[in-house]
Amino acid sequence: MTTRDLAWETAAAVPDPELPMLTLADLGVLADVETADGTVTAWLTPTYSGCPAVAEMAADVDRRLRAAGYRDVRVRLRLDPPWSTDLITAEGRRKLAEAGIAPPRHTSAVTGPVSLVLGPTRAATTGTASPAFAPVPCPHCGDTDTEELSRFGSTACKALWRCRACREPFERVKEI
Amino acid sequence: MHAMHDHTAPATTAPATGTAADADDHVYLSLAEATPGPEGEGRWAYGTGFADPLLGVDTALPPGLDGADLAAYCLMLGDDALILAQRLTEWCTRAPELEEEVALANLGLDLLGQARLLLTRAGQADGSGRTEDDLAYWREEHEFRNVRLVETPNGDFAHSIARLLLFATARGALYEALSAHPDPVLAAVAARGVKELAYHREYATAWTLRLGDGTPYSSARMQAGLDAVWPLLDELFTAHPAELRAGVDPATLREPVLRSLAAVLAEAGLTVPDVPPLATVLGLGGRDGVHTEALGPLLAELQVVARAHPGATW
Repeated sequence: MTTRDLAWETAAAVPDPELPMLTLADLGVLADVETADGTVTAWLTPTYSGCPAVAEMAADVDRRLRAAGYRDVRVRLRLDPPWSTDLITAEGRRKLAEAGIAPPRHTSAVTGPVSLVLGPTRAATTGTASPAFAPVPCPHCGDTDTEELSRFGSTACKALWRCRACREPFERVKEI
Repeated sequence: MHAMHDHTAPATTAPATGTAADADDHVYLSLAEATPGPEGEGRWAYGTGFADPLLGVDTALPPGLDGADLAAYCLMLGDDALILAQRLTEWCTRAPELEEEVALANLGLDLLGQARLLLTRAGQADGSGRTEDDLAYWREEHEFRNVRLVETPNGDFAHSIARLLLFATARGALYEALSAHPDPVLAAVAARGVKELAYHREYATAWTLRLGDGTPYSSARMQAGLDAVWPLLDELFTAHPAELRAGVDPATLREPVLRSLAAVLAEAGLTVPDVPPLATVLGLGGRDGVHTEALGPLLAELQVVARAHPGATW
């Protein structure tokens, strides 16, 4: 394994401060790691503009790399291309569901002009033409009879939902 | 320079045996002094040296772009976002439902994040090296460059929704155009902002439909909110010379934004207000630092803690 791969693995294992079941790699926040002449540089792509966890993430990556023996560590932000929930890996989506948080759909399914009708709070339970209303299975019981309570939740990235079958509320990472 | 506020010294106003304030202090002390564990628990991001929102981002100016113009432009957009974030935050503990309070605070957080990047960029581009905090907390009212639409008081919920609908529609369109801006920082803020503003617009649109197409009473309140904010819309489309030199001519947004707003209002059974724009002072408005009487008290609240404890850290 190369020095670069080792440094990547160290940085990639840092947990997200707000979704600690996910690593920064699962979340797609760790954009790149480079090693050269004894220095290691890690690039992070911040999520939402106002996400207060970015400073925490940068500090954690810096601390982990130093703890792994790297002396000259640089953490930098990469703003382009912007972060998107599409960058959450398959492994990340699996871990979210396992923790009771419904993973996001792919944004190609949900972008487009702002709707001029009040959308349904319940996603379709049967086949529908529009992928924007694809079913959101309950992360607890798997039933698709679920409904949105609020588009905004405890953190910038999550919406509040509830399952009408098992009656449990759950959070869902919303697409951006 | 004032001495840093010392959390360990007993406050002179605290009772000699008082423990409530001491206990509060200790909560924060323990956070600040916690030794980081292997899993990162007990950490406190403040003071870690990673608070710069443009940490390690290449700050070179693109060729052909004047630093002062870019700074002036970033200040205008950053101030719009900062001041509206402050107004949205005022809904905390006052919104009709907890969910709406959370929603409005979330929207404010997005705008605050955009403001941090834009103000930081402004301080770099003009060569002054002023930080986001220098610009947010230590400028006077006439140095703020936001449009007057964002500074006027919240009014009732419908009034705030009307303002948000106007701002989010216009700012979303502007960010879309700015995603191709030659300055990589401004382009990146805009590219991410487009997606955030789409949520803001969707939220404002949904409430406009719900209130406009609700009861006669809710419809009348929504119409009154629109009538009140509409005179402030024109300023968003009136170009300041710095905007023409460094950014997008906002006049080009007028037609598509008005068309989009008219479609929402038609669907909601509301009327596009037929009102003249709010007068300027000898042609000067928010972009020139000439504001309404509402901005002063807002800034007083926004800036009071930073000014009471200059340079404080915790």
